[in-house]
Amino acid sequence: MRTLRHRVRGLGPAHSGTGHFWLQRTTAIANAALVIYFVFLFVTLAGRSHAAVVATIGQPVVAILLLAAILSIVVHMRVGMQVIIEDYVHGEAAKVTLLLANTFFAIAVGLAAAFAVLRISFGL
Amino acid sequence: MVQFTLPKNSKITKGKTWPAPAGAKRTTEFRIYRWNPEDGQNPRIDTYFVDRDDCGPMVLDAIIWIKNKVDSTLTFRRSCREGVCGSCAMNIDGLNTLACTLAMDDVAAPIKVYPLPHADVVKDLVPDLTLFYEQYASIEPWLQTDSPPPEREWRQSHEDRAKLDGLYECILCACCTTSCPSYWWNADRYLGPAVLLQAYRWIVDSRDEGTGDRLDNLEDPFRLYRCHTIMNCSKTCPKGLNPAKAIAEIKKKMVERQV
Repeated sequence: MRTLRHRVRGLGPAHSGTGHFWLQRTTAIANAALVIYFVFLFVTLAGRSHAAVVATIGQPVVAILLLAAILSIVVHMRVGMQVIIEDYVHGEAAKVTLLLANTFFAIAVGLAAAFAVLRISFGL
Repeated sequence: MVQFTLPKNSKITKGKTWPAPAGAKRTTEFRIYRWNPEDGQNPRIDTYFVDRDDCGPMVLDAIIWIKNKVDSTLTFRRSCREGVCGSCAMNIDGLNTLACTLAMDDVAAPIKVYPLPHADVVKDLVPDLTLFYEQYASIEPWLQTDSPPPEREWRQSHEDRAKLDGLYECILCACCTTSCPSYWWNADRYLGPAVLLQAYRWIVDSRDEGTGDRLDNLEDPFRLYRCHTIMNCSKTCPKGLNPAKAIAEIKKKMVERQV
């Protein structure tokens, strides 16, 4: 038996959201450049020998750009998926569970990809 | 999860076809959503034929003609019949608009008329807009000042007044808000395009001293940031306004005060 005004005011403004908005735009701009570079690299290396690919990824500039791409893409993926979950999942328990899973998934994907690049570039 | 299909008692059934008036030479077919909360029936689509030689040119003229000449139980809101009151907002041919400013000849027949989408229906073409009005009240849509009031009016330059163009014309018909998928899924927490456009109308008003508080009130992942620039609002606005741009301007102000 709550009034409509109570419903609209809810728990009050969260005083956040701008950081999330800004992060999504920042990573989008970074992705625009880094994904083009990644596709360029992929096309260049396609069909080359294993040794040649390992040697290219071992170059510091290439490895750093790949790591930057992984970071930017994974952060963008996480904040984007978070918005989708918040849009469509309305049960509190399901929402919190999925938001946690989203974060863990992004960290796992990011770490695995970064580990692969580091391992190749350090020749371990 | 959000609900993507209609519940069983909201599924639309085939309704009654009212015969074309005897002797009518030019008719236009209308298919209109009907639902009566008191008869326990599912909503239905009734078919009517409007005598164009006995009726004005607008969709609203036709609906009034049907109510007067064919079926007096047809329920809808209307008042000014010239696009300034916003009462006759409804979904016509798949687009939210004002029945009074849309000509029948500009819509392909049969002309399909439904209430504004994703709002509770009170009866037939009348949606329940109480939540919408309460959300409008929540942005405190009046001039807020702390300075001692001047002896005469609060003054504003021509340039500052021009910043309100494209905002003050909003008539709160709710066409944009009820066209927004993000509002469909999160009406409880997202304020929607019309209310945010109105909020920006006060944020950008040079005479208003409550700008920071207004931004504080909107800075929320749901109240403001559920806008994903889908742009249905700007496409549907019967007054030709651009709520999506107003929302983008609010977001710019949010960033501006942080960087």
